[in-house]
Amino acid sequence: MDKKFLYYLIKRVLLAFLTVFLVITITFFFMHAIPGDPFMSEKEVPPQVKEALLEKYGLDKPLWEQYITYLGNALRFDFGVSMRMDGREVMDVILEGFASSATIGFIAAGVALLFGMIFGSIAALHHNKFIDRLIMVVSTAFVAMPSFIVGTLLLWIFCVELRVFPANGREAGGLVLPIVALALYPMAYTIRLTRSSMLDVLGQDYIRTARAKGVAPSKVLFKHALKNAVTPVVTYAGPMIAFILTGSLVVERIFTVPGLGDHFVTSINDRDYTMIMGTTIFLAIIIVVMMLISDILYKLLDPRVDFS
Amino acid sequence: MKSRKLTGEMPRKNPLSFQLNLSKFEMASADEKSQQIRERESVTFFRDGMRRFRKNKVALVSAILVVFIVLVAVFVPMFYPYSYDQQLSNLGAGQSRDKSAINLAPFEYSDSEQERIDNGEFVFPHILGTDKDSYDYFIRVVYGTRISLAVGFFASIVVLIIGVLYGSISGYFGGKVDLVMMRIVDIIYSLPDMLMIILFSVLLNETIGPLIEGTFLDELGTGMISIFAVFALLYWVSMARLIRGQILTIKQQEFILTAKALGASPARIIRKHLLPNCLSVIVISTALQIPNAIFTESYLSYLGLGVSIPMPSLGSLASSTKSCVWNPDQIYLFLVPAFVICVIVLSLNLVGDGLRDAFDPKQKK
Repeated sequence: MDKKFLYYLIKRVLLAFLTVFLVITITFFFMHAIPGDPFMSEKEVPPQVKEALLEKYGLDKPLWEQYITYLGNALRFDFGVSMRMDGREVMDVILEGFASSATIGFIAAGVALLFGMIFGSIAALHHNKFIDRLIMVVSTAFVAMPSFIVGTLLLWIFCVELRVFPANGREAGGLVLPIVALALYPMAYTIRLTRSSMLDVLGQDYIRTARAKGVAPSKVLFKHALKNAVTPVVTYAGPMIAFILTGSLVVERIFTVPGLGDHFVTSINDRDYTMIMGTTIFLAIIIVVMMLISDILYKLLDPRVDFS
Repeated sequence: MKSRKLTGEMPRKNPLSFQLNLSKFEMASADEKSQQIRERESVTFFRDGMRRFRKNKVALVSAILVVFIVLVAVFVPMFYPYSYDQQLSNLGAGQSRDKSAINLAPFEYSDSEQERIDNGEFVFPHILGTDKDSYDYFIRVVYGTRISLAVGFFASIVVLIIGVLYGSISGYFGGKVDLVMMRIVDIIYSLPDMLMIILFSVLLNETIGPLIEGTFLDELGTGMISIFAVFALLYWVSMARLIRGQILTIKQQEFILTAKALGASPARIIRKHLLPNCLSVIVISTALQIPNAIFTESYLSYLGLGVSIPMPSLGSLASSTKSCVWNPDQIYLFLVPAFVICVIVLSLNLVGDGLRDAFDPKQKK
């Protein structure tokens, strides 16, 4: 088992690298397929200046040559300078934005998972009772609200009407509302997921056996049921963090959080090639790592699933 | 053999044979035979499910609500006196613009309309007033509902078909097939979807924009087409992963082994044994796919990449009025489309849940 698991681990890590490589390739050629170049919106650039600019960034060379050069640089973690933002280092811009995005993203993910699993289990344990109904009504309502709307509503209620929190994410306490706005949907989703898989597990024979043997109810829940009920949640956790990180763009905009999201859109509209590549690679790596962790945990939690 | 059966005559047993002595058996009488005839018509799986669905009040009310919203979205624009792309400040050629038609409160009339009313004409009221471009807001919300529902529905169908096919094949065959298929899924999954959608939209905008000019696709707008393209290319993967995960667990159970031993083909096992057992997952995630699509659409609209102006969608209406939160008098301009989005998504979710409770054999009581 241990050797087999190690083999599986190595295989998955290698495939993660392949994934990142393919993401780079797809984005690179996709991006260059969009008509225009980083300097198209500059007013009345003389052709000579434009040529010089293209030459400076190596954009006059054939596409495959640019691609090889870029790959070589990326391997040395050199993501170049932004073509539009006064030549700032791409990595600096990304890390700066990621600091805010990661703060709200990971807190939101943690909140969503923790409360999602707690409320989901409570609902399943009190199946069809009042508390179950209440949790389901609330979580069903939250699943029905896109974070876009939740964010704007929170802004209206807490910043404009009640004036409890600042509307600007840069101010103290300003990150509370974006976190809430980001966490609500995944939390509600986790509640539903946990509840339905918990109900599945609780209906199985080995739980009845454990209860019949006189195992304490709390032990049945934590030791016997939760471990099996948690597997769907674990498979969801990886994609969820990815969803939160890439999906925080709208929430970041509503609450003016200086996050990674903004660079996304502006860089594409500006055809800022190095920024597009930088943000894509960065986010792809994070998502791939999250997927990897979630897959490995899944394997560890449910040995019945044969991955080999 | 056949003739003996018909006459009721038993074959004589060879004394040395180990076979059963058939003469010791009796033929069933007509009365006994009649007991085997089912008096009630057998209840099919579907009819049984529908019966239980009808008992579920919440799901039933939601289903009626969905049908009502769909009917309103389809039929009201046909009879409503204003159209979604009719600027009320525009009084026709040769006349000056009526600036008072901009930002009308609900049931308020512009100067020119007031004039017509004073002349004894009937002017249909603006139920939700007008927006800053002097469009009648009510019809825009209704029309936006139509667009959003269409996006949600068709995008989910695309996701459902591709995801279920792909996931079940990958999960069932396992091994190398699964490895290759799941790596493709992993790669697609790892693409930051929002970046891909934006890339797609910009790319499609610049390349297919001129190609479709003048056709009905042009009316939809490249933003709309890229939403469908993105769903067809990217969003099915979560469905595929989910289905595969379910099938991996189910296929190790004994009844699948039995089916295999009895010589059932892979297609039959997937269709008849594996997929019905994943039904709850399929139904739940399809129901959740519609909010996903509506969400993606509002996301794109927020970035200015959604439906093309003047066509409205619930997402673009909500995003174009989001600054109204700073202006309490006009907050309803944001709240109305936002509320409609939530009601649509909520009732679709409840219908999905109800269907799951009704059709999932595992939860049968």
